[in-house]
Amino acid sequence: MSTLATPTESSETARSGKRWNIGRVLTQIPIYSFLVLWAIVVIYPMAWTVISSLRTDRELMFTPWGMPTQLHFENYLRAWKDAQIGQFFVNTLIVVIPSLFLTLLLSAMVAYVLARYEFRGKQFIRYLFMGGMMFPTILAMVPLYFIMEFLHLRNTFHGLALVYVAFSFPFTVFFLYGFFRTLPRDLMEAAIIDGASHTQTFFQVMLPLAQPGLVTAAIFNFLGQWNQFILPSALMDSTGLKEGQTRSVLSQGLYYLQIKQQYTNDWSGMFAAVTIVMVPTLLVYVIFQNRIEKGLTVGALKG
Amino acid sequence: MRHGQKRFIFGFLFIPLLLYTVFVVLPYTSAILIAFTRWRGVSANITFNGLNNFARLAQDDLFLNALKNNAKVLLTLPTITIALALLFAALFTRGLRGQRFFRTTFFFPQVLSMAVVGVLFNFVYHPTLGILSNTFKTLGIKELATFPWLGDVVTVLPAIVFVAVWQATGFYMVLFMASMGSIPTEFYEAAKIDGAGEWAIFWKITLPLLRESLRTAVVFLMIMAMDMFVYVSFLTNETGGPGRAAQVLSSYLYQTAFRQGNFGYGTTLAVVLMMVVLVLSIIGLRAGSQETVEF
Repeated sequence: MSTLATPTESSETARSGKRWNIGRVLTQIPIYSFLVLWAIVVIYPMAWTVISSLRTDRELMFTPWGMPTQLHFENYLRAWKDAQIGQFFVNTLIVVIPSLFLTLLLSAMVAYVLARYEFRGKQFIRYLFMGGMMFPTILAMVPLYFIMEFLHLRNTFHGLALVYVAFSFPFTVFFLYGFFRTLPRDLMEAAIIDGASHTQTFFQVMLPLAQPGLVTAAIFNFLGQWNQFILPSALMDSTGLKEGQTRSVLSQGLYYLQIKQQYTNDWSGMFAAVTIVMVPTLLVYVIFQNRIEKGLTVGALKG
Repeated sequence: MRHGQKRFIFGFLFIPLLLYTVFVVLPYTSAILIAFTRWRGVSANITFNGLNNFARLAQDDLFLNALKNNAKVLLTLPTITIALALLFAALFTRGLRGQRFFRTTFFFPQVLSMAVVGVLFNFVYHPTLGILSNTFKTLGIKELATFPWLGDVVTVLPAIVFVAVWQATGFYMVLFMASMGSIPTEFYEAAKIDGAGEWAIFWKITLPLLRESLRTAVVFLMIMAMDMFVYVSFLTNETGGPGRAAQVLSSYLYQTAFRQGNFGYGTTLAVVLMMVVLVLSIIGLRAGSQETVEF
């Protein structure tokens, strides 16, 4: 896990150095009981899912709470192949990799121009981009469906990627705008005096400087786009595909699996499928915990 | 230095603005227009329907039912989430042993997709295999050992609200911790010298200085309460629960537009939802914005 050096840390060490007395211990008991209880409530569903994904359906039926007698990794094979998780996984990557790249590049361009240049209509464009954060995605779904149909982009991966990019603008532009404003102005001016064009200055001086902000924005957009459910549900179906092929992305695939599950009763396969979807996001969190916690609150606090 | 600047700005903004206009601005604005039409998705058959769609709302029991359920979520979700998040944040900023572990754990649900959370809680609430039933079985409470949490009119909505609380609390905990951490320690020291107890300090100093983040939290959570689409879809298989006891506006509009193909009326519902969200956001942002303490 990452190390956190927040102001709270120092006060913690200062206070835990205090002698413990009976009264203090007694007041701590209900506090800790509650914290432990909530920790169990949080961890238990996840842990139970991972454990159950390694057991057989028979074991699950008779002792839902038991530990695996032996590890049944074939559940994962079944989920990956028969339940098409493998294909959902690949579909998700096909959409998310290019959309992540474009989201960062285009948002950085907009954020930079808005943060560093003066021009007419600037405030309007800024509010236009950031205003998108106010509305729940579902409101745009019906017209978006027809726009995509009209542009022949519905049921295409590149179409979905472009929609992800567009819907990622509000948060990403807002986040990077704040970041570009904190970068020193002199560097940009020096580069331009040295004869670099505006475009060169952006790509060779400012973008490398903005790297920490870009990484944080990338993590957020990865989580958001990896987990996206509403947009693909409206825009992607598997019409016109051969039997056994699918255009669904992971969260959509999980939904179909869950509905199918009621008839097939392949519990362990379902658990394995959920684990496959869940683990990458948990890993990203554990690796980037510090950045995620800081980045999440930046937007909210300054907004 | 001015040379080429205009072209540069235009060049950088053109593609992003085009994408944003086509895929975001256009859908939201046309949603408002479609709401005034009678349209079943076949483009030739789009007719102006004036305010009829809106008039129909008043007689639509399903709409009123969904609105009532949204109101229930609106009253419970922000309150419970903020209370829990405040409690955790207050405990952790006071420096508690093991706070790093608890804090990391409590944040976990935030990074899971709502879809994964939906599936997880279908397991949790399952009447025979589920975690909840088995907990009651182990505790020896027979009546609840096979209780269908998502199949009962009374429990289905609270069960779904709990899922939202479960996922959202970690985020607001971190949000509150960040702003509590930025309150100058002199404030606390001065209060202690004046003889204020922990409780008094929390109510009189911490909470008022958290005004900004509390407001953010209230607005975000109200928007979330008006949405709930993914949770309701997953936990009720799109039905809205037994007797539609968990049907909310977003899931009703999805049903109407995409399952029944009534796009005109579906979009009317969307516009109502949008207006409710806007009004709530404005109220939320106005409330408590009079006096902001600067430090």
